[in-house]
Amino acid sequence: MAGAPAGSEARLSALVSVRRRQIVALGLGGSALATAVLLAPLVGSTSISLGRVFDSTVPFADNLDAQIFFIARLPRVLSASLVGAALAASGVVFQALLRNPLADPFTLGISSGAALGVILTLTFGLSLGLAGVPAVSMASFAGSAGAVAIVYSLATVRRRGLSSNVLLLAGVTLNAFFSALILFVQYLSDFAETFRTVRWLMGNLDVASYTPIVVAAPLVGLAFFAFAWLPRALNLLTFGAESAATRGIDVLRIERLAFFSASLATGASVALGGPVGFVGIIVPHFVRLLAGTDHRVVLPASALVGGAFLIICDLGARTLLAPQELPVGIITAVLGGPFFLWLLVTKR
Amino acid sequence: MIRRLGVITATLVALGVVATGDRPPRRIVSLVPAATEMLFAMGAGPRVIAVSSFDEASPAVRALPKVGALFDPDLERILSLRPDLVVVYATQNDLRQQLSSARVPMFEYRHGGLKEVFRTMRALGTSVGSRAEAERLAGDLERRLEEIKRGVGGRRRPKTLLVFGREPLSLRNIYASGGVGFLHDMLELAGATNIFADVKRESVQATTETILARAPEVIIELRYAAPLTAQQIAAERATWDALASLPAVRQRRVHLLVGNEFVVPGPRIADATLRLARTLHPKAAGGRSNRNAPPFN
Repeated sequence: MAGAPAGSEARLSALVSVRRRQIVALGLGGSALATAVLLAPLVGSTSISLGRVFDSTVPFADNLDAQIFFIARLPRVLSASLVGAALAASGVVFQALLRNPLADPFTLGISSGAALGVILTLTFGLSLGLAGVPAVSMASFAGSAGAVAIVYSLATVRRRGLSSNVLLLAGVTLNAFFSALILFVQYLSDFAETFRTVRWLMGNLDVASYTPIVVAAPLVGLAFFAFAWLPRALNLLTFGAESAATRGIDVLRIERLAFFSASLATGASVALGGPVGFVGIIVPHFVRLLAGTDHRVVLPASALVGGAFLIICDLGARTLLAPQELPVGIITAVLGGPFFLWLLVTKR
Repeated sequence: MIRRLGVITATLVALGVVATGDRPPRRIVSLVPAATEMLFAMGAGPRVIAVSSFDEASPAVRALPKVGALFDPDLERILSLRPDLVVVYATQNDLRQQLSSARVPMFEYRHGGLKEVFRTMRALGTSVGSRAEAERLAGDLERRLEEIKRGVGGRRRPKTLLVFGREPLSLRNIYASGGVGFLHDMLELAGATNIFADVKRESVQATTETILARAPEVIIELRYAAPLTAQQIAAERATWDALASLPAVRQRRVHLLVGNEFVVPGPRIADATLRLARTLHPKAAGGRSNRNAPPFN
């Protein structure tokens, strides 16, 4: 007789606790991202004065401080926040979809498909840009789309629904296959082109213009819009597809939505900043260590923390070796790796 | 019989055909394009029997068998050609080991600045028995460089960014010459101040911020791979307009120079330096004019 009210009370208190954790995690993550976005453009290898940056009496073309602020720094900070948020959130989605904590946005071959597109463009000197989007970004996105199409058709060819095992194996094999093709094209190409591709693989956010951001942002935005439907279903999916189906989840629909939206976010961010490693695996686990495993908290918080993390790493990329650039992919691993290991050891 | 052979040898040594102790190599394999060009320029071309995969300076060179390059030398093919001298990179440790166990003589090429280019030229001449020709070649190039230097001497040296790589049609992944290496040496000789002279490396990946802050007055981009149409060249130059505060952009001093003489530090260094000098100082005489002066962009 007392069972039903007690049960709903427990559920209510669980909901309240999720809400509270959501508010805390999103508040902290949001303020970290906001602080990073506001402060990072003020720091750099050159000292500039904010007064001169916003001095409207000097024409923009003559205003060096404004050019450094608006061309060299702000686009980098914005693309870092976009790429970081997209990769971290896709990492969460892929880990839930594949039911594998080691999955990341690049597990299914999206980045190696992109890399193959890029190296073909660089090697054969295709300089077809479209509407201000450089050829390299277009090739990257096309390569990602190709990889996604192949993996998806492999995973659905034998049965209705997405088999996470087949997805995972197909993705890993496709990664190896693309990597071999990349090595083959590199072997045939010039040193300079080989070096440029290797460099592209380390990630670079020095976009120097807003066009690529304006093109990538709606794609990432669309993916994030789809992510909004996922958290509750992903929570249930972690206990297995059958169990989720019995709780009223349309598993196939949710898996398809998760797969395509996370692939879209990944493809767009790789086209913008290259395959920046580590963000997509380390940020989700970092957030889980601090805020638990509920996707209603982990998914949005990872996006915020991912953006902030990549802005900080990119700040290192543009200042540590100045006047030279330090590849941001190196910093994410060097900074993120030991920090994460420390957290892993002390937190559990 | 033995005496007669001795007399013949003595005569040959006296004629300079045989260097004392060892004969000049007659079957030369060169894995280094710069060395190949030097060998041809000092008249040892007919003795070159195989070259690297990147050698394409002349039809005579293009017709020769290719035996790999820095990372992928084809040891088997090299050995099967029975060379009596192989020009290798000093960094090709495995290949050097293998060739030395096969007792094949080697010339070790070291990459470096202009001084190193001339040192290599003379040493290579000595080891192929063409010392006099090598000396003539090196001396002539040194005189031409000196003329170029005199031609631009006394003129203001514009702050210059020398770019040798970036993503097509965008200002991403810009690689520029640092303060070390033959490109830097040639640029300074041609009358420029390299804006990355303080970075003691051959190649600098320059951030947009440092390029803006260092405000080059001239930007020279080198292209050596695919030939570009006039339209493509115009589009690539216009890419720089995004950095409107750069003096180079405002004074329309962004140049694209196409040609592979900029990446092969061999006998064409004087031609390459002259092109740089004419680009930097269009009004200066710029030294003795080249027979087939390449067009400027």
